[in-house]
Amino acid sequence: MSYKKSTFIVELIGIAIAILFLVPFYFVLVNSVKSFPEILVNAASFPNKVLFSNFSKVWGLINFPKAFLNSLLVTVTSIVGIVVISSMAAWKLVRTPNKLSQILFIIFVSSMVIPFQTVMIPLLKLSGTLGLINSIHGIVIMYFGFGVSLSLFLFHGFIKTVPTEIEEAARIDGCSEFGVFWRIVFPILKPITATVIILNTLWIWNDYLLPLLVLQNPDLRTIPLATSALFAQYQKQWDMGLAALVLGIVPIIAFFLFLQKHIIKGVQAGSIK
Amino acid sequence: METKLKQKELHTHVKTKFFMSADKKVKIKKVLSYTAFVAPAALFFIMIQIIPFLMGVYYSFTSWNGVSSAVEWIGLENYKTIFTGDPEFYNSFMFTAKFMLVSVLLTNVIGFGLALLLNEALKTRNILRTVFFMPNVIGGLLLGFIWQFIFTKGFASVGNLTDIPFFKLPWLGNEQTAFWGIVIVFCWQMSGYMMVIFIAALQGIDNSLLEAAKMDGAKGWTLLTKIIIPLILPSFTICLFLTISMAFKIYDLNISLTGGGPFNSTQSIAINIYQEAFHNNNYGLGTAKSILFFIAVSAFTTFQVMLTKKREVEA
Repeated sequence: MSYKKSTFIVELIGIAIAILFLVPFYFVLVNSVKSFPEILVNAASFPNKVLFSNFSKVWGLINFPKAFLNSLLVTVTSIVGIVVISSMAAWKLVRTPNKLSQILFIIFVSSMVIPFQTVMIPLLKLSGTLGLINSIHGIVIMYFGFGVSLSLFLFHGFIKTVPTEIEEAARIDGCSEFGVFWRIVFPILKPITATVIILNTLWIWNDYLLPLLVLQNPDLRTIPLATSALFAQYQKQWDMGLAALVLGIVPIIAFFLFLQKHIIKGVQAGSIK
Repeated sequence: METKLKQKELHTHVKTKFFMSADKKVKIKKVLSYTAFVAPAALFFIMIQIIPFLMGVYYSFTSWNGVSSAVEWIGLENYKTIFTGDPEFYNSFMFTAKFMLVSVLLTNVIGFGLALLLNEALKTRNILRTVFFMPNVIGGLLLGFIWQFIFTKGFASVGNLTDIPFFKLPWLGNEQTAFWGIVIVFCWQMSGYMMVIFIAALQGIDNSLLEAAKMDGAKGWTLLTKIIIPLILPSFTICLFLTISMAFKIYDLNISLTGGGPFNSTQSIAINIYQEAFHNNNYGLGTAKSILFFIAVSAFTTFQVMLTKKREVEA
């Protein structure tokens, strides 16, 4: 296709819309380095003087390093667990085509329509009894339970397209079931594993309500919790609020920009299956 | 002779027994490995989702308040209260339904429009796609705070500078602007996501079909509505499903942008359930609402999937 005049116009429209999409980021960035009175005078202008004091104040107030590490720890451990248990289960369910596997698969998948609010109240009671409240491992176990439905569904769909010959050959060579899975099958699942990791990262990293209910101890706060706690305390103190927001969105935006091709592909693959 | 026969019988008996046990061994091994692979996922899933769900169904028929250990069975009382004596839940439901209709429509139209735009051979295509998708990676809670600032301070400043009436509205200050505020942020967050799905669908269209249609004189609008859209209807099923369930379950964005206000006018069902359970300590009533919420979400989504599936054509 040659580059025509009409394409150029479409290009200009696209760029105009993109600028519109970016305006909110401009407002947040520009005002996060202004003093409070300056924000109130004009929130649209460039800063007269770039102040980083907002950031240094907020950094300690929300204990950003701690919140970041908590978010990271919860996200990474949850995802490792979700990938392990759901890929293993999906493989066995596909390779053992009987009634039980069918029923289990249907239950796993149909639970995806259950809203979080529907299980939230009894789950809180149950997890109090099981000692899952106020602990990182407690919330990680909950993410295992919630994350397994979609992840298993994605692995299941992918494994159906993987031929069984290599597995049979490995078995004849005396490979155990775990060996067959981890050495032969799991490496083949790489593309869908990437999708599972990406979708779960976007969900768990940004999740608010479950951590709010489970991680009440301030030392365990994740980034969304620390941010909302700051907003609750310093309402309308936008100099600090915006600096906190910038700190809060930088990690996930960096993650996205760094891996954008994989992320967009992963999201596409995850929603089409 | 007789003893020989007996011996043979015995022999075969032993043989079958031996084989049977070998069979059994294989079977046991299979069951064990099935359990080892499936049980971890099943256990976590049952403990975190299924048991609480069933408990929820039970508690919805009780007067549980979360504190006292006495849980009294009160039958359909909670459901009766919701339908007859809870105008706030009714308002939340109506707000959420209205919000869902408007935002699902807008998000998909914008998302599809962006996908068509990026389906052209643009030079800035990859950058544009990145920009349009970017809001989606930020969580709803932070997005709500960001836009709270833009609506209340940013818009006001732009209004002072340009005198455009749109920016001088009392954003988030009254029922209408709060409603549209949430719609705007939801669209900003989600349309890039829908765009990505529509792009994949558009790229999957067989080019020869488009060429053939163009040869027959199909152009612009006709080409779009008669050829392209019917061919990618499955992607509409997906996008509608995703946006309906996300809009109907809205919580984070809502809580940080308007907090349900002003005067509870933008309180989503999810917020209403949270308040009922954790602020009013009516756990029983809260679970009853959450069961109705579940029924509504599944009804909307299955109805929509059935409706669009019926129209899908095999290309």
